Amino acid sequence: MTSAWEATKALATGFATTFKHLFRKPITEQYPEYKRPLPVRGRARIILTRDPDGGERCVACYLCSAVCPVSCISMQSAQREDGRRHASWFRINFARCIYCGFCEEACPTSAIQLTPFFETCERDILKLVYEKQDLLVDHSGKDHEYNFYKYAGVATGVGGKGEHFREDEPVNLKSNLP
Amino acid sequence: MLTWTAGIIILIVKLGIVLVVVLLMAAYLVWVERKFLARLQIRYGPNRAGKFGLLQPIADTIKMLTKEDTVPEGADRLIFLLAPAVVAVTALLMFAVVPFGRDITLWGRKIPLVITDLNIGLLFVFALSSLGVYGVALGGWASNSKYSLLGGIRGAAQMISYELSLGLSLVPIVMLARSFSLVDIVQAQEKVPFILLQPVAFGIFVISAMAESKRIPFDLPEAENELVAGYHTEYSGIRFGLYFLGEYVHMQVLAALVAVLFLGGWRGPLLPPPVWLFIKILLVALIMIWIRGTLPRLRYDQLMALGWKVLIPIALLNILVTGAVLLL
Repeated sequence: MTSAWEATKALATGFATTFKHLFRKPITEQYPEYKRPLPVRGRARIILTRDPDGGERCVACYLCSAVCPVSCISMQSAQREDGRRHASWFRINFARCIYCGFCEEACPTSAIQLTPFFETCERDILKLVYEKQDLLVDHSGKDHEYNFYKYAGVATGVGGKGEHFREDEPVNLKSNLP
Repeated sequence: MLTWTAGIIILIVKLGIVLVVVLLMAAYLVWVERKFLARLQIRYGPNRAGKFGLLQPIADTIKMLTKEDTVPEGADRLIFLLAPAVVAVTALLMFAVVPFGRDITLWGRKIPLVITDLNIGLLFVFALSSLGVYGVALGGWASNSKYSLLGGIRGAAQMISYELSLGLSLVPIVMLARSFSLVDIVQAQEKVPFILLQPVAFGIFVISAMAESKRIPFDLPEAENELVAGYHTEYSGIRFGLYFLGEYVHMQVLAALVAVLFLGGWRGPLLPPPVWLFIKILLVALIMIWIRGTLPRLRYDQLMALGWKVLIPIALLNILVTGAVLLL
């Protein structure tokens, strides 16, 4: 008998709870009308940044392409006249991208970066394949100061041999023989 | 000859009106359920298609009609294609005996506001309700998928079990009204609605009706977190839509039966009779949705125990007591 009473009481409590919820204001955030402030380090749409001097950062090393778990990044490396390497074409398939951020971690030149912008939805799936001109932006993203070629030790327009940051003068191999 | 033709025309007009109203109500019952359930769970529910999401049922229908109609490999093609229709048709046919108003006189002709006043109306309802089991069981079997099969088996077992208590709970009503005809049962409630005379039968009927229409907490045939979607896992497009429609029409019919058998049918002050019936159906449906929003799904053995060990004995006892009271 007590168990029957307790069961009835439990049922009544349940129904009362749901009934009370009926008069509460819904907690849903109505998305297109209300956009919640995004975390500044949110990971979404990928960009290719430029160094502070305006040159392309990407040196087409293929590390992002290799680390990508869903293989959505592809490119072709090439070299410019002044010795800078770059991607002759660079393609990200956002229909496959899972926004894991591994590409950003792998990138040695801070070229590839994830931004919090996520509203990339399209009706045609092929429009989600972004080419290099869609990815390339004209700012340096999160890493403002960094210019890979200032450290690289490769002779380019940024600096010749021995002119890079913390780089010694080139040694004449013929002169320091024992 | 003329009267015969006029009779046919009136019948077809009545059929058309009832069919359209029932289908529209089924579509908007989905909207009501989604909206009301959402508020119970402090959400908004559909609110994008039209004002308050009122065009949502139309959008859903268009979506289902334009989706690909797939038949899985290894399915029993003919049965697979026909099974959804069984569910929808049996549910729709049940509305034929539900009275929605007192007789009206138009152009000197008496028109009863019921499609057909069968003198075994209640038995007709039970027969169709039993036939509805075929749609579930055959659909589950013909899909050639283990989830569908399990859902179909559960559906068959559950619906057959609860059909017993559903039928037995109404025997006292028939004893009180001295008729199987739903029109006569509504007549018999002129003074007192049967819910006051037969509260136990009302409780058993509502519980069994929810089990018959496979709604939470009795939705074991569908049980999405263990059986994907149960007997309609493999269905897509409009065939899934037919199952869906059948389920909501069934819910509506059972709500209408609750209204007719216990709440006095179309009887009520001031408003016209069909409006009263509509209000009562909606009220029962809202209570069903409230129950859905509150209770968790029963375990399979609990379901069977509730049906066989609780509801059927109480229903039998209720018949005995009613009979004794009527005799005295």
